Amino acid sequence: MLEGEVNVAHRCENQDGFQEVGPGITGGKTLRPPIDRELNLKGKVCPYTFVESMLALEEMKIGEVLRVIVDHPPAVCDVPKSLRNEGYEILDVSPMNGTDWAIVVRNTEFKEG
Amino acid sequence: MKLSEEQIQRYSRQLILPGVGGKGQRKLAEAKVFIMGAGGLGSPAAIYLAAAGVGTIGLADSDHVEIHNLQRQILHRTCDIGLPKVESGRKTLESLNPEVEVQIYCERINSTNIQRIIGDYDLVLDGSDNFPTRFLVNDACYFGRKTLISGAILRYDGQLSTFKPHAGGPCYRCLFPEPPPPGVVPSCQEAGVLGAVAGIIGLFQTNEALKEILGLGQSMVGRFLQFNALDLSFFEIKIQKNPKCPLCGENPTIKELIDYTQPCSSRELVPLQTSTRTLD
Repeated sequence: MLEGEVNVAHRCENQDGFQEVGPGITGGKTLRPPIDRELNLKGKVCPYTFVESMLALEEMKIGEVLRVIVDHPPAVCDVPKSLRNEGYEILDVSPMNGTDWAIVVRNTEFKEG
Repeated sequence: MKLSEEQIQRYSRQLILPGVGGKGQRKLAEAKVFIMGAGGLGSPAAIYLAAAGVGTIGLADSDHVEIHNLQRQILHRTCDIGLPKVESGRKTLESLNPEVEVQIYCERINSTNIQRIIGDYDLVLDGSDNFPTRFLVNDACYFGRKTLISGAILRYDGQLSTFKPHAGGPCYRCLFPEPPPPGVVPSCQEAGVLGAVAGIIGLFQTNEALKEILGLGQSMVGRFLQFNALDLSFFEIKIQKNPKCPLCGENPTIKELIDYTQPCSSRELVPLQTSTRTLD
């Protein structure tokens, strides 16, 4: 196993049923984009996890990368899904330990859904 | 302006809307909206503007709350009977959202004070219940280059449009050059009005105000909506700037504000006086 990876699978509901998103949507490949900003949302629940992620991205430049740390299980699926719907690019969703997940997202031009 | 934790929670359901976000919420917080009339239209309009976080709301009405208002004027409660409507309205809005600054104008709005009052605002919502005020508000918005979101209701019918003659659209007088002859159009007092119709049209006005502030969607400029509650039908016509409009046409005859009067007894509608100030 690569450093920083935890062999934990997390199941997310989508239109087709369930989709595996762990350990990391990159399929275990190492992806280390430079992180421009980190947002610790531990203790926060939906929809505030998404709202605060979006507000942070609004203040960032196009192309910059945000890492969001969440520990609210539904946020692991919902925040990436909602950000993707807004047109942001999800680079990685990975467990950090038994409770925390890192969502790595790149700021893109606003695309209205 | 960074949104506080409380603001993020309060506005979370609109912050996540495409096209709103933190930037849109800041636009709302910086917006100043003037509402003519704290009655059937102004009530729902003001409540939803305040709920959405519009930073400054101006409320003008010289009337006091009476029991027959309560069937539709939801800014006011039974315990408010006797209070100036703007006082009652401010109390309701501030209790809903303490972040909103509510400016109140209890005086009768006329040609001498309207421009000073609306000068501080970005947008004007007309919820007046009489033609003298309706024409005065339109003319003042034209001279002051203010966007006017106009709503009107009677019985089971409502109307809506946005007037932005300074940006090329028509004004209210392009459709209705002069107030109607005395007695032709009854008032709500004479003909009645369904409270829900006031709510629907007042909220359409708020909807359009929020769109104008946020720069979203299709504006009601150049469009005139007619609503009927019994059929639940909407009828929309396209409207254009009238080159013969006495106010914003090619050869305007109205160059200053006019105070019409509409006495209840005779229902005569005549110019009361003309302002001595010349407007350009």
